[in-house]
Amino acid sequence: MTLLDARPEAPKPAPPPQPGRLVDLFEYGLDSPICLTWELTYACNLSCVHCLSSSGRRDPRELSTEECKAVIDELERMQVFYVNIGGGEPTVRSDFWELVDYATAHKVGVKFSTNGVKITPEVAQKLAGSDYVDVQISLDGATAEVNDYVRGPGSYATAMRAMQNMKDAGFTGFKISVVCTRQNIPQLDEFKAIADEYGAQLRLTRLRPSGRGADVWDELHPLPEQQRELYDWLVAHGEGVLTGDSFFHLSAYGSALPGLNLCGAGRVVCLIDPIGDVYACPFAIHDEFLAGNVRSEGGFQEVWRNSELFTRLRTPQSGGACTSCSFFDTCKGGCMAAKFFTGLPLDGPDPECVRGFGEEALEKRKMDGSIPKPDGDHSHSTVRGPRRDGRPIATGLITTKKRGIPITLSLTRPDRPPVSACEENPLAGFTPN
Amino acid sequence: MSRLNPDGVDLDTAWDLHPQVSVRPEPFGALLYHFGTRKLSFLKDRTLLAVVQSLASAPSVRVACETAGIAAADLPRYQQALGTLAQSSMVVERSS
Repeated sequence: MTLLDARPEAPKPAPPPQPGRLVDLFEYGLDSPICLTWELTYACNLSCVHCLSSSGRRDPRELSTEECKAVIDELERMQVFYVNIGGGEPTVRSDFWELVDYATAHKVGVKFSTNGVKITPEVAQKLAGSDYVDVQISLDGATAEVNDYVRGPGSYATAMRAMQNMKDAGFTGFKISVVCTRQNIPQLDEFKAIADEYGAQLRLTRLRPSGRGADVWDELHPLPEQQRELYDWLVAHGEGVLTGDSFFHLSAYGSALPGLNLCGAGRVVCLIDPIGDVYACPFAIHDEFLAGNVRSEGGFQEVWRNSELFTRLRTPQSGGACTSCSFFDTCKGGCMAAKFFTGLPLDGPDPECVRGFGEEALEKRKMDGSIPKPDGDHSHSTVRGPRRDGRPIATGLITTKKRGIPITLSLTRPDRPPVSACEENPLAGFTPN
Repeated sequence: MSRLNPDGVDLDTAWDLHPQVSVRPEPFGALLYHFGTRKLSFLKDRTLLAVVQSLASAPSVRVACETAGIAAADLPRYQQALGTLAQSSMVVERSS
């Protein structure tokens, strides 16, 4: 049966507005995504420990400027209203502004995520003049100490400088995007105060065990009592704060949070990665969730409308062990990627299930020891040698399990990635000013 | 906004889509995106979509609804739906 056959047709003529919830119709998928994440490059000047896409070095197979423009042409034909551009750090692509201009000239709006490294006063001025561009600046701590712990030394100052430039340029309503962690949940009010001060809107999202996030998830993910704190805070501040629909698994605490409360993977969202691979969602860069490539015949539209994976994701999903739970209707078993990368079955509870079923499942998983690894590691080669000053390397607060190399954070981390021999990295030796 | 009342838009006034709004038909109805406010809206059925699409060429909301084949009994629902769209500036009143 084709996807179209499975869809409910709106009766004609002149029906009363349809009964039932819109979100139920979304489960069958849309002709085009509501929102599409497009990671333009794996190159990044930072090495955030929780990076979803394990970014750092540019992939030599990256889509060329012309190929990117062809994708934009296709998005225009499909009437994708806007794309969330990310990376890596998308602004380090030399054709970044050219692509942004091309997209907006073709009625594809752009919201891009940045660590702020290229948001100079001049850039901020230019951005403030466009209705079709929105900016999201990443900040994972309301203080330098908490932020730089995960994003690296100097990254807080970079973000704050970018925000000041945006404010000075009169760009109101840009987004400050925070990944909620054990370390920053006590700072929610402070984040809100920063957003208010800069005329920005706060966006809170969930830490996923994806990419390098898999290595640090056990240490960074919020504790159960913090999840409750986060939920209560969102209920109190919900309307003014964006969440990217991240926290629908928390709805079992009480009423559903504002948003679609639906796993949109392959139904209303998807990801195009720097080499044109199309994944079900930005948190699921793994062969298991790879639907196709924009370079193949039929392009993105063919992948979106007819790929085997997306077709499967649009059929009713089994709730498995969760079906009997009284909260299944709003929680829907939580996040597919979070389950997958913590080694839990996709039809079982989310690892952060608020009723504690996830923790039980995680205990069992640890005994089996079978956790899938994210595909495609583009991390900087961060094997750090002895310090030049001869002092011992401090043991990292966070260690990567996968590689078994302590990543020294905070005070002991160098100010910038060491210049690597890898010619592919356009940022080798790059010093943000 | 003077022509807005609790029942929705005034049926005898002329309206149009906001120039910064894009409409994308979908199997369930349509998605609307406003590039100025960056807000997304949904039209929950195709008839409402037909009304919205014919606003620009119709002399009044009433005519747009008649063209879309809406029965008199159903008019208030559509009037109300358009009122909601007007509140979020998805549709705007025009002079003629």
